[in-house]
Amino acid sequence: MAEVSLHKLNKKFDTTHVVKDVDLKIRDKEFMVFVGPSGCGKTTTLRMIAGLEAITTGEIRIDDRVVNEVPPMDRDIAMVFQNYALYPHMSVASNLAFGLKMRKFEKAEIEKRINNAASILGIESLLQRKPRQLSGGQRQRVALGRAIVRDPKVFLFDEPLSNLDAKLRVQMRVELKKLHERLAVTSVYVTHDQVEAMTLGDRVVVMKDGVVQQVGEPLELYNTPANRFVAGFIGSPAMNFADVTLVENGGKPVAEAPGLRIGLPGELATRARAKTGRKATLGIRPEDIHIATAADAPEYCFDAAVEVVEQLGSEILLDMRAGAALMVASVEPTLRVRAHDNLKLALKPERLHLFDAETEAAI
Amino acid sequence: MAVTALSAAESKRLSPRLRKLEDERWLAMALLAPTAILLGLFIAYPFFEGVLLSLSSTRVGQPGEFVGLKNFHKIWDDSIFRTTVWNTFWYTGVTTVFKLALGLWLAILLNRHFRGKAIIRAFILLPFIIPTVLSTFAWKWMFDPTFSVINWTLFQLGLITTRINWLGDPDLAMTSIIVINIWRGVPFFAITLLAGLQTISPELHEAAAIDGARPWARFWHVTWPLLMPVTLVVVLFSVIQTFADFQLVYVMTGGGPANATHLFATYAYQLGIGTGLLSEGAAISLAMFPFLFVIVVVQLLYIRRVETR
Ligand SMILES: Nc1ncnc2c1ncn2[C@@H]1O[C@H](COP(=O)(O)OP(=O)(O)OP(=O)(O)O)[C@@H](O)[C@H]1O
Ligand SMILES: [Mg+2]
Repeated sequence: MAEVSLHKLNKKFDTTHVVKDVDLKIRDKEFMVFVGPSGCGKTTTLRMIAGLEAITTGEIRIDDRVVNEVPPMDRDIAMVFQNYALYPHMSVASNLAFGLKMRKFEKAEIEKRINNAASILGIESLLQRKPRQLSGGQRQRVALGRAIVRDPKVFLFDEPLSNLDAKLRVQMRVELKKLHERLAVTSVYVTHDQVEAMTLGDRVVVMKDGVVQQVGEPLELYNTPANRFVAGFIGSPAMNFADVTLVENGGKPVAEAPGLRIGLPGELATRARAKTGRKATLGIRPEDIHIATAADAPEYCFDAAVEVVEQLGSEILLDMRAGAALMVASVEPTLRVRAHDNLKLALKPERLHLFDAETEAAI
Repeated sequence: MAVTALSAAESKRLSPRLRKLEDERWLAMALLAPTAILLGLFIAYPFFEGVLLSLSSTRVGQPGEFVGLKNFHKIWDDSIFRTTVWNTFWYTGVTTVFKLALGLWLAILLNRHFRGKAIIRAFILLPFIIPTVLSTFAWKWMFDPTFSVINWTLFQLGLITTRINWLGDPDLAMTSIIVINIWRGVPFFAITLLAGLQTISPELHEAAAIDGARPWARFWHVTWPLLMPVTLVVVLFSVIQTFADFQLVYVMTGGGPANATHLFATYAYQLGIGTGLLSEGAAISLAMFPFLFVIVVVQLLYIRRVETR
């Protein structure tokens, strides 16, 4: 049972303000992922939770205890570092045992826990080796093991997979997910990889420049991004954006740009009507664009010239120009298209996003 | 491509002798030759001359003849020589322990972040940079029975009522030169160990802190073992230098009072050059060799064990 809550958390290094008013409640057993571009303050936030970085203002609670002044060792947390931080002069077994020895556990108990962790992670045969005799993936497991044996209230991960090659990363991602299901320990996980965030997180915190942009379940972020930044950060390939003006056309609100006019459906139309005449950003994900058929209403169709065709096997990415806007569409792999073809495309109206041009907030 | 083509064209123009250098064996020999010649001339040759000298009865101005191990027998029975051996071990042992302890302490302090870090680090090196003879003369004044600033301070503080004759008493004289050696040697330890400390990732300390290790445990279980290879090398260097130290004792006491502070080097010098008994002086110098040899071999073996650990 462990909740972590951050209240108006701020961090300044001298004059640079790197974490700004972060308010967050991480629930018991939840896997919370912090994601954001490099330098946005994810690691700093995590280190404040760990107690490795002093808090400038605000409060961190683990369960109901304010831990601002509590040293790392007394917070009952375990951390997995990006570079593993294994003790190079100790065997794997001693690395796992260290935290328990420092806490004066009995020998038999230490042994039991090491064997248990080793069998969970499949590193039984490596226990006598030194870290430098291990591969990257094996080191990663040992680092995880060192956290597991402690049986802490909270796991903290700082980009634990970023030093692994792509294939191993996917594999470890799955293992981490299984591990979390099995151990059910509150976890905070930092990454700059949105795929990791989407696949691992029960909920995801998107940060930018030290400010939380949105907190939500992965699909919530994907379906209803709170602003343009989140919309562009979550999802791959990234959402298409077009600068448009909101106008009335025959009594209906539409988004207009040179060479492009898209109708706005239902709810969105109502909200857009309030901003008629204003500039906005239209957003649509590549997977929500398809080749137009007779079934598509004409106000959701547009013409585009294909510039590049990217054949990925499972799908085709079309890089296109629609009026002044550049767009990417993900279409059926069976489709026959070539560069410079002119196509009529349609988009799913219910999947349209609009963002205020100034505040970038979703309309 | 262009580069190889060019160098091929160039090598055609080279003289046959220069072209030989393209062969790695010749090149290696050519590059090693200057070092080999210098080492031979200034180390190997004097060493063998020294061995020959120690086996002869040469004195200043008197060629002498081969006498076997007679000189070694003689110094074996020499009570000053025995004091010298004891002094050298005591001097080396005590100073090394203190230099290591103080140097490590300083290094750990300097490894923290604070204002003016760079300047302090530079200042720390001062005792190491000042030529030993100069700084030792300064110390000589401080330990001078009449002008001693140390005596003056102790007197003003009311801790003593009569002057302490620092360099006139055998034990005090030894202690004095030990203090100076420590003062002179600590910077080298501090800076080298600081360099060693900086190679230890701060993440390891953070991991240990989260693992529940308090500062002392972090030092003992993380810093110290990881610093061990560097420590051993520094200690090895220091032991060799201290064991063969000359300047400090020569300037401070000249081996006195009553030959109580001689080290191998100063006694060898006094006997060989001072008294003109060249062959006996050489024998004393050489007597240092087996001791140093054993110390160095033991330490090197230990370093190798630590490094492959
Ligand atoms: N010790 C420090 N002193 C000064 N500035 C720092 C310090 N640590 C971090 N910063 C600054 O704080 C900002 C946030 O850093 P942080 O490490 O939290 O970023 P991050 O989101 O983890 O990025 P990344 O994905 O690259 O790891 C950066 O601009 C960084 O330069
Ligand atoms: Mg980071």
